[in-house]
Amino acid sequence: MNYRDEFRDRDIVKGLAARIARLTADRSEPITLMEVCGTHTMSIYQYGIRRLLPPQVRLISGPGCPVCVTPVGYLDKVVAYARQPETIITTFGDMLRVPGSSSTLMLERARGADVRIVYSTLDALALAERNPGKRVIFLGVGFETTAPTIAASILTAASRGVTNYFVLAAHKTIPIPMQLLSADPELGIDGYLCPAHVSAIIGADAYRFLAEENGVPCVVTGFEPADVMQGVEMLVRQVVEKRSEVEIQYSRFVTREGNPKAQAMLLEVFTQADAAWRGIGVIPGSGLDIAEKFAAFDVERGFPVEVEVPSEPGGCLCGEVLKGKVAPSDCPLFGKACTPEEPVGACMVSSEGSCAAAHRYGQVE
Amino acid sequence: MDTDIILLGHGSGGKLSHQLLEELIIPTLSGVPMAGRNDAAVLEHNGSRFAFTTDSYVVDPVFFPGGNIGGLAVNGTVNDLAMVGATPLVISVGLIIEEGFSRRELAEILTSMREAADRAGVSIAAGDTKVVPRGKADRIFINTSGIGFFNHTLEINGSNARAGDKILINGTIGDHGIAVMAKREGLELDTDILSDCAALNNLIEELLEEGEAIHVLRDPTRGGVATTLKEIALQSDVSITLDEAAFPLKGAVRGVCALLGLDPLYVANEGKVLVLAAPEAAERLLERMKQHPLGRDAAIIGEVTAVGGGRVQIETVVGGMRGVEMLSGEQLPRIC
Repeated sequence: MNYRDEFRDRDIVKGLAARIARLTADRSEPITLMEVCGTHTMSIYQYGIRRLLPPQVRLISGPGCPVCVTPVGYLDKVVAYARQPETIITTFGDMLRVPGSSSTLMLERARGADVRIVYSTLDALALAERNPGKRVIFLGVGFETTAPTIAASILTAASRGVTNYFVLAAHKTIPIPMQLLSADPELGIDGYLCPAHVSAIIGADAYRFLAEENGVPCVVTGFEPADVMQGVEMLVRQVVEKRSEVEIQYSRFVTREGNPKAQAMLLEVFTQADAAWRGIGVIPGSGLDIAEKFAAFDVERGFPVEVEVPSEPGGCLCGEVLKGKVAPSDCPLFGKACTPEEPVGACMVSSEGSCAAAHRYGQVE
Repeated sequence: MDTDIILLGHGSGGKLSHQLLEELIIPTLSGVPMAGRNDAAVLEHNGSRFAFTTDSYVVDPVFFPGGNIGGLAVNGTVNDLAMVGATPLVISVGLIIEEGFSRRELAEILTSMREAADRAGVSIAAGDTKVVPRGKADRIFINTSGIGFFNHTLEINGSNARAGDKILINGTIGDHGIAVMAKREGLELDTDILSDCAALNNLIEELLEEGEAIHVLRDPTRGGVATTLKEIALQSDVSITLDEAAFPLKGAVRGVCALLGLDPLYVANEGKVLVLAAPEAAERLLERMKQHPLGRDAAIIGEVTAVGGGRVQIETVVGGMRGVEMLSGEQLPRIC
């Protein structure tokens, strides 16, 4: 069986579109659904999903791109570390072009900094083992999906006695900001397309408080176009039937409980902490810091750096875009001063950023 | 931000490359505008037309599944000549070798070059060899230039697309970029993805029997099919609509793309040609392609829908619609 093809089947998607249209046929007031995962944002743009939905159903993008929600001050620290001698910065590719206050990793690399793109934290760890004379720093940016892989690299480093592998941690967790945004009357969120991979780790029950206490329907949804359409259909059905529950569309990978092994690793290596979200500010308890027991792997504790006072780029509406308050094309810089070649805000840089997706896929007659 | 620095993205074949060409290289060297730029320059001397082109190869790794830098360097220049409808005649070879490179590997690369030249029917007529100290180049870089002649009077170039034209490709997309990428990243795959690296001049010559029906030929190398079609849309000032479901794509390539977060539309090819041709000839061209060993998986993937706009859009596999832009920044550094 070609596992992925049925999730891109045109007839299945058409059938779901017809069901959504029927559910909303008698309805004039809008249904606003937010996705909080960059991969959903990309999928919605890449497959042209909005065009398949009735006008009453609005899809808005939330703070689901980990690179985008990383504050400028973090980038400034990254640049400072990249300029230190005998240092190798390892990162997933997207971080390379994100502007800090006055530089980017890409510029630093062109100036001579040693910056390597890796596809796994274990590659970064292997690099540290091959270069014992150098300090190898991994940029720990991401949600609950990447955090366990970083936890695993720290546990492996500890067990192998590696002393030159470090993490610059800025991990975030998604459910608390979702609650914050759902309480915002200006947004009027009627339901959440909950992330697929994050939920495979934390389990669908992690959103129960949203459905039960805040009355917001939640559907854990996969990334393929038929997944997204079915997730939308399930949310619309809950809204029409005035229910608010946590349902799992992505049942082939996600359970109510999640992945206990990964959760245990997160608990062992990280502690819950306050975290700064670009555009939103500090959200209590929404981040993960490296636990005291593994402090030796925290580059900030071992080798603190001084950085300039972070300066946010003028006119950039990244913050409002991340909250779903404005569409990328509503930003005055979009496509003019801010392009994928010369991005002003992080949302234009990351391949999962709303502005990058809108710029790359949005221009349709 | 510091704008004085050349970034890797400036060599990606995407938008940054175009900016560097438009803002610095072309104005300084010649001043030929965008509309006059094609895979090879078409020149006239004493009443006869000939084509001239050059290309440098810096692929990492030097040996990849389905080929090596030598065959790539010959085929690439042969293809650039074929894309303006010229018959490749001679090429030159410039080798820049890093001190310490293996003589055995060099022999293997040269053998590939010789074999590729024989297959394409070109002779290697001039050359140069330089060796630089260790660390001053990465193993081996190759430059090839080529000259071709015309045995017809057709005008084939990127400004020649017309409303109604059908767009054909001679097979699966993304094979070369993914083969190189998978090798470089040490990905262990169940199936081998081989580079599609091949000389296209023989296939093109057969297609040219359709004469004036053929308007544009372009090989979608760096920047992939998306960037190449966007260039054509801008150069010819037309709008293009593609059908995603019609694109030939190997399952393994799609899988690796999904894994690495790449869009196969932007991944490089080294043995593919995009043909924009009059609609009435499209089916015949498709048949001709399918009869050729390099065109078995050929398909019609879209059409030129209107004059003006310079837009490319794609009907997605599920029936949605989205825009297609040029590659931004770097997707795959050093795939050719």
